[in-house]
Amino acid sequence: MTSWLRDSLTGLTASYGREIRAYFATPLAYVFIAIFLMLVGVFTWEASRFFDTGLADLQPFFYWHPWLFMIFLPALSMRLWADEAAYGTSELLLSQPVSLTGLAAGKLLAAWSVAVLALVLTLPMWLTVNYLGSPDNAAILLSYLISVLMAGAYLSIGAAMSALVNSQVLAYIAGVVVAFLFTAAGWPMFLGGVSDLFGPGAGDLVAQFSFLTHFETAERGILELRSLLYFAGVTALWLSLNTIWVSSKRSAAR
Amino acid sequence: MLELKQISKTFGTHAAVRSVDFKLEKGEVLGFLGPNGAGKSTTMRIVAGVIEPDRGDVLIAGHSIITHRRDAQRRLGYLPEGAPLYPDMTPREFLRYLCSAYRVPRKDCQQAIDRVIADARIAEVMDRRIATLSKGYRRRVGLAGAILHDPDVLVLDEPTDGLDPIQKQAVRALIARLAKTKAILISTHTLEEVPAMCTRAIIIDRGAIVADGTPADLAAQSPGGLEETFLTLAGREDEEAA
Repeated sequence: MTSWLRDSLTGLTASYGREIRAYFATPLAYVFIAIFLMLVGVFTWEASRFFDTGLADLQPFFYWHPWLFMIFLPALSMRLWADEAAYGTSELLLSQPVSLTGLAAGKLLAAWSVAVLALVLTLPMWLTVNYLGSPDNAAILLSYLISVLMAGAYLSIGAAMSALVNSQVLAYIAGVVVAFLFTAAGWPMFLGGVSDLFGPGAGDLVAQFSFLTHFETAERGILELRSLLYFAGVTALWLSLNTIWVSSKRSAAR
Repeated sequence: MLELKQISKTFGTHAAVRSVDFKLEKGEVLGFLGPNGAGKSTTMRIVAGVIEPDRGDVLIAGHSIITHRRDAQRRLGYLPEGAPLYPDMTPREFLRYLCSAYRVPRKDCQQAIDRVIADARIAEVMDRRIATLSKGYRRRVGLAGAILHDPDVLVLDEPTDGLDPIQKQAVRALIARLAKTKAILISTHTLEEVPAMCTRAIIIDRGAIVADGTPADLAAQSPGGLEETFLTLAGREDEEAA
């Protein structure tokens, strides 16, 4: 058990270093961050009419996070395993004396770091609302924290899809589709349909499985333990699936 | 040092490896010969722990690849077929990455890199992106990666493929030097280099071993030498097709 832990940590640090280097050695991380920041700005100012609300808060900014993550984060995670398959380097990975859980965790953390960097670069918005008025800074901090956790959950879905399908394009599409299911499950329009069909209880139940529901609680400034557990659980679940799908290559008939 | 115990692997209905069984000691260089699709690469991938056999086991320096996979892999250097590498890295970055994956201590890593740079003769390309390197250099970078952590057992899948005659000569010299302290398993389809490089040869056909001996022994089995032995033992498929 201790040797497994040690080999996991080795795999984590080795693959984290390799993936971070890959993100910044290619234009991928820069392009991702630039486009994310641009679109966050467009949606906050244009779609949500930030200045017209007359309120000094970041609600119009956070409102778009789940939807932007759903579209963008699979683009960050799609290469994690699909590239290894394309280069043939999965042969090298599988011959290394490290645990697959460590490898998967290292890859996820590297993508997560890029996403967190993009979020850190939105901090000027926080400064701006403080200049314009006196927002509820505790609620904003909490929203940021949950947003970071939520980004990890979205990335874990995308990374697992990348391990499952072995092609970047398919990994992206599959990642967006699964992420959409986890997001839209809390969408009022969708929930209304579920409630009409199966009764209000079913609607509430489905909403509990949505990223939106748990993120909105945080936006209101309420820290709920179950939201933390929810995002941690979703991430752990997809990380496990990721590991299982990679290890199935070892025994697969390929 | 390396022991294959009755390993078998079936892909769907195709039996790729059938009960392959042999032992390899330190100092031996085993040439693994066979036509394309005979099961050479599959056997090597099983030895490297990349895929699991359906039956059988592999012991590397006494560690089972099934029950103690990571302990076994730590003592193994593996060059996969085609020498896959990360194109966005430089050879130096790639070797540093391998140091961390094989837990080579930081202070020993630079020394190990210097050693394999000299062994694989890649000094002049160390800071160029792997994507821009020629096939010969890529193969040598892959070889450098396989020997970086000074493993007891080396498994090299076609290490001389795509090299020019001078580079082939250099790789053969390197293998001869490494053989003193390691057990080495090499696959090749260039029969001419077998007597020069290997102390022993195994011919595998349709997943099963059909001959095992020194290159001289195998050559003596037919009047036409090693090539004729190879064709008699492994070339039946073409005759049947014809």
